[in-house]
Amino acid sequence: MLEFRKDIFADERDDNLIEIGQPTQRQDILGHVTGTSPYYDDHRFANLLHLKILRSPHAHARIRSIDDSAAARAPGVKRIIRAADVPVNLNTLLSLIQFGKDDEPSLANDFVRYKGEPILGIVSTSERAALEALALVRVSYDQLPAVFDVEEALKPGAPSVNPAYPKNTFEYYGKYDHQKLRFGDVEAAFKQADIVVEDRYQMSPIEHAPTETNGSIAVPDTNGRLIVYTSTQALFFSLDTSAKINAIQSNQLHFIGGTVGGGFGGKVDTLTEPLVILAARLIGTPVRYRFSRHEEMQFGSPRGAERIYVKDGVMKDGRIIARQVRAYFDSGAYTRLSSYAAVKCAAHIPGPYTIPNVHADVYCVFTNRTPATAMRGFGVTALDFALECQMDKGAVAVGMDPLEFRMLNMYRDGDMKAHRREAKNCALIECAQVAAEKANWPLRDEFRRMSSRQGGGTARTGGGADRTRAPTIAPAVAPPTAVSQRVAYERPAAAAAAPPPPPQQSLPPPPPAAPSSGSTHGAPRFSSVFGTRRR
Amino acid sequence: MKTPIQFKLNGEDVAAFSDSGANLLDTLRESIGDLTVKGGCWQGTCGTCTVLIEGAPRLSCVTLAESCAGKSIETVAGLRRGADLHPLQNAFMEHFAAQCGYCTPGMLMAAKALLDRNPNPTRENVVDALCGNICRCTGYEPIIQAVLDAAGGDSRRRA
Repeated sequence: MLEFRKDIFADERDDNLIEIGQPTQRQDILGHVTGTSPYYDDHRFANLLHLKILRSPHAHARIRSIDDSAAARAPGVKRIIRAADVPVNLNTLLSLIQFGKDDEPSLANDFVRYKGEPILGIVSTSERAALEALALVRVSYDQLPAVFDVEEALKPGAPSVNPAYPKNTFEYYGKYDHQKLRFGDVEAAFKQADIVVEDRYQMSPIEHAPTETNGSIAVPDTNGRLIVYTSTQALFFSLDTSAKINAIQSNQLHFIGGTVGGGFGGKVDTLTEPLVILAARLIGTPVRYRFSRHEEMQFGSPRGAERIYVKDGVMKDGRIIARQVRAYFDSGAYTRLSSYAAVKCAAHIPGPYTIPNVHADVYCVFTNRTPATAMRGFGVTALDFALECQMDKGAVAVGMDPLEFRMLNMYRDGDMKAHRREAKNCALIECAQVAAEKANWPLRDEFRRMSSRQGGGTARTGGGADRTRAPTIAPAVAPPTAVSQRVAYERPAAAAAAPPPPPQQSLPPPPPAAPSSGSTHGAPRFSSVFGTRRR
Repeated sequence: MKTPIQFKLNGEDVAAFSDSGANLLDTLRESIGDLTVKGGCWQGTCGTCTVLIEGAPRLSCVTLAESCAGKSIETVAGLRRGADLHPLQNAFMEHFAAQCGYCTPGMLMAAKALLDRNPNPTRENVVDALCGNICRCTGYEPIIQAVLDAAGGDSRRRA
């Protein structure tokens, strides 16, 4: 059962949150348990035709010729749809927000750039008839060298995947080949660090595998309009994309959706609607385009495979003084949404930790793999996996408890983040304290007392404010006491006396003025946890 | 080539002309119009299309329609008795045992097959009965709880 702690943020929110913390029923649950929720394929039309797609068997090839004459004569075939039939046969999803170049055809006409790329469509009286006709199409290919590895793709002489981006990297603002984050001086900090922890993290593509495969039905309405029943997760996004590719006005399309049989990000790419709409417009009858399970797995865009290198400079007292990240997003053959994923990744570095020296390069790379897309936190999920593995390794390296190691480095109010924004309203330390309590994870007293408030409350007096002055290279640690290195978690007071850094271009603006007194962020809000309210 | 077939669907006699080689899933959805049965993989792996044939859970996508002639078939459309929901349906609602809802009909039929032959299942029995049904929203725990709760409700009613 949900536990709602009204005391958390009680001093900031006194509104009565009627629904939050209360169990409630989905509004569509009755339809779900009676099998009557209207998924796109639960609509029936007389004379429904079926669109099936011929797909590339090669990862990279030039199409020499296509012979569909036998297919055109096959039983049940109503129409063959070729690349030349697509009114605007080049698009990129985020062109709707002017982000990136049109780089992906709906039907390939000269080159195929990944295995499964659509080449030609056949509309027939049944799926089976369409598949039998597809088997009669003869395509002649010149196979080309393909590249499947993000770092290989960036090497000189690598096969060029996508003509819109000949260097195999997405171009930000028309000129930058990657996302860059610079804060402080990691190289100097690595020299100062007691320990350097470095590793490589490689993700696999993950298919969303929704139980309902991607699909849509286009039905010609009166006045030239089309009603489109679709599995899309992004109804208006798909509507506008379909309108663009079909060179029609958005108001000629009426999309009906919202009941989605599982999406998880795999139904935002407008994979079926443009062609099914084109088919219905060309023929004038309702047409369905439904992925088979095999198509869903082969052609449905997966979560991208990221490769991430992380190098941390760690002091024996547990402070991380430098973090360097190099991340490569495997976009597959076309951009789809990976350009945006790389932006999210760069924005998430270095994780929720205050690190005075950060250096990151994030690339969106084209390879001859299935184009990647959104999936549950894409851009951030893999990075967090890598960073949190690093945190565990860092904790082991300095002999600290992994949770305490994290808490020591977590954002606190007033800290300057690598993106030159002051951390505000932090509560991560308090979350960690509550989680530790729930999990019976022992925290030592100084960590139970730790707070996200300006200056770190009890645990970071003196040292906390100094971190806002990053990118000062972290000062030398105070020599470890004879008792134990592990108790030296305080930010060294000496930090406050460190000489100001030499002026340099990457200096962040000075932190904003401290919030007015009376601010009660942090532990006081969690008084129920520890039984005392500290102000 | 169309073949006439006849069977009982949720207690009623139905007849359809089936394409030779057509599966039960397509016959139920396209020829008879029972859209409560959903297709997920069309290759017998996901359990979404589960129906009961003579009381046993079967994958309708890999069942030849012609093999069902004369048999008794149950789908979610037959669970409800007028305005009253089946205890399993009520329990699924109460336990938030559906997210996207697409696997729910198959889950319900697999669960019904279990409760029909074992009204007091253990958790292990429930897990075993549902092990062929994939929920990609990964809401398995509420589903298991709902089935156990429905079983309890049933036994209470009988007692």
